[in-house]
Amino acid sequence: MKILESLRESAKKNWAEFQNRARVMVGAATCGRAAGAGDVIEEFKKSLKENGLDGKVEVVETACIGLCYAEPLVEIKREGEPSVLYSNVKPKDVAKLVSEHLIGCNPVAEKAEAVMADEEYRGIKPFKKHPMVELQKRIVLRNCGVIDPENFEHCLARGGYEGFERALSMPPEKVIEEVTASGLRGRGGAGFPTGVKWGFARASKTSPTKYIICNADEGDPGAFMDRSVLEGDPHSVLEGLMIAGYAIGAECAYIYVRSEYPLAIQRLKKAIRQAEEAGLLKRELPNGFKFEIRIKKGSGAFVCGEETSLMASIEGVRAMPRPKPPFPAAKGLFKKPTNINNVETLAAVSSIMREGAQMYSSLGSEKSKGTKTFSLAGKIKRTGLIEVELGLKLDDIINKIGGGCADGKKFKAVQTGGPSGGCLTPEHLSIPVDYESLAAAGSIIGSGGLVVMNEDSCMVEVAKFFVNFTENESCGKCIPCRMGTQHAHAILEKITSGRGEMEDIERLKKIAFTMKQSSLCGLGQTAPNPIVTTLRYFEDEYLAHIREKRCPALVCPQLVHFSVDAEKCTGCTACERVCPTGAISGGVKKPHSIDSEKCISCGACYQSCRFGAIARK
Amino acid sequence: MEYFIIRNLTYKAKAFVTIMTEGRFKTILEAYPPKRENLVSVLQDIQEEEGFISPEAVSETAEYFSISEADAYSVASFYAQFKFKKPGRHTIKVCKGTACHVRGSGSLLAALEERLGIKEGETTPDGLVSLERVACLGACALAPAMVVDDKVHARVTLAEIEKILKSLK
Repeated sequence: MKILESLRESAKKNWAEFQNRARVMVGAATCGRAAGAGDVIEEFKKSLKENGLDGKVEVVETACIGLCYAEPLVEIKREGEPSVLYSNVKPKDVAKLVSEHLIGCNPVAEKAEAVMADEEYRGIKPFKKHPMVELQKRIVLRNCGVIDPENFEHCLARGGYEGFERALSMPPEKVIEEVTASGLRGRGGAGFPTGVKWGFARASKTSPTKYIICNADEGDPGAFMDRSVLEGDPHSVLEGLMIAGYAIGAECAYIYVRSEYPLAIQRLKKAIRQAEEAGLLKRELPNGFKFEIRIKKGSGAFVCGEETSLMASIEGVRAMPRPKPPFPAAKGLFKKPTNINNVETLAAVSSIMREGAQMYSSLGSEKSKGTKTFSLAGKIKRTGLIEVELGLKLDDIINKIGGGCADGKKFKAVQTGGPSGGCLTPEHLSIPVDYESLAAAGSIIGSGGLVVMNEDSCMVEVAKFFVNFTENESCGKCIPCRMGTQHAHAILEKITSGRGEMEDIERLKKIAFTMKQSSLCGLGQTAPNPIVTTLRYFEDEYLAHIREKRCPALVCPQLVHFSVDAEKCTGCTACERVCPTGAISGGVKKPHSIDSEKCISCGACYQSCRFGAIARK
Repeated sequence: MEYFIIRNLTYKAKAFVTIMTEGRFKTILEAYPPKRENLVSVLQDIQEEEGFISPEAVSETAEYFSISEADAYSVASFYAQFKFKKPGRHTIKVCKGTACHVRGSGSLLAALEERLGIKEGETTPDGLVSLERVACLGACALAPAMVVDDKVHARVTLAEIEKILKSLK
């Protein structure tokens, strides 16, 4: 069924023209903006005007191409030449880029990260061969950082809504069959086969009114895949929602998105308006399908990751989970059959319907098909957003794509799945990253956050951090979660402050077991995972804290003491100036000293000293 | 509890001034039909306008939706987003996501608390700065991150904090 034929034709023409035009594209997603993309855009506009190029060279805002460590990223294109991607562009670099590359036709080699072409260009390596990109397989992220996300024509020209058109030409049952055949599993964390889930909602006879919800409440701290997709390619999510709505027989969809993502909300709203104007929404389509998409802003409750809580939140009550069954497919939002999918799942659906199940199921490992996006963060050299085939080795992700630990330090652990997941250690580097292998190692893929930790991270303190997080986010409805997180936090606090006893380890294990067995929802059941895995792989660190009253990674404030090495101290006063409590005294060119009474062990002096004169022990 | 304490203070000390005039409040409410599912959206809009949820806002909202004040307050207080005290002229939000945490946002928060002389969740006595922590800003690749009045600062160092604090007036 072709609805957008005429629109698409002109879009393709305009896109081809756009690609060939001279332009400056700046990555201006949340992370790019935080790194200063806004100032860079202003500077480019100013510089182009000064050189009489305004009107000839367009400045375009795009989203995140994934190389977040190198933000702000700028792509510069001259007519008839391949475009060059520049990294770490600061406003002061702009004048040079304009005069040398745009005017003088000489790409600035020292700032160039890659060239957006298949072949090497003037000694600059192609983007596909970039170490962070080479092993990736971009399906969900195919448009992120490539198109202007607010330009509907870009989306159409790149095949947007082709999957929806194809779905409409099939009976809904066939759409479900196709999605099942692709092997796609829920990307929000649970990994349940998407097609099967849709089948339940389709078959549900509780009520003729059905709902579909897109869970964009990415609460997992350390994960930002969904934000990047929403900011970089909002139409792929809308398309996935429409396909899902058609497949299960829903007429109304809700996108539940975090209020902490203002840019994502703004782009979604614009995308919905564009889809409405194109006649895709709020209007009866040739085969009688009519669909509406509403946005609901979240209010900062991590427990909304649990589907029953999320639905309670949309209904306008306290977002507390309820026991299942009845499952949402039978009784969900407003007691009607409801299907909930994650952002990434829906974005993958649009690609599956566009290119067929075979394309997707040929990727990945035996039981985990397709690709998965991961956000690389923490103490890793190349932080950013990646998409790889499932089954790729952890080693490839951390060391080849991520470039290993930052500052040449030793890799110690990686936390997968956020507060519900666990940590993996150097001995796991050889395992393939898929649902089954990670579960066997005691962790989960979760939504896809990978936070890398090096020798400077204390694993007991990390466990404490996660338990503190789940303690704050526990809704308080069931006792195992409410009390379990509180007690576990108190015990970990005791251990990290040097008051731990050997019995505490047994106590922690017992609390973890009880929470896992008897909590009402996923939040409480998985909250002990960080404790269980750190105890399993880093018991020696717990023992050092308890027996020797020592923090091996020199992190826990009560167990670390800072002092000044008088021999190395040059008296530059850098530490004195950053100390928040005024504990450091000395004066210019005299060795400093730290008053241990006033010191809060924040580490500011250690960070600021350029001579290695601050000693920790 | 917090709400009732503030409420009592309001009536006793009359120190409480609502920024919003009655008419403006009405326009926010009437943008939504009085259906329960719109309760959170209304509260969000009010907070955007006023900066916090005042006791008057709770009772007006409750009346509009025909629910009890306790019911309206129970929903508002469940969500981390809603504040019940008037925030300072500037707000600093320190990200305490995992990535920011392993990159030292704990020291940032500690330093800010020391410098401002307040704890997280509080406002300086002169009403200049409110200090908050947020679960995750999603700027993990540029950790540690901090938001000062809607501007995201990436890879914040302790030295930068000094500069940022000095720039706030």
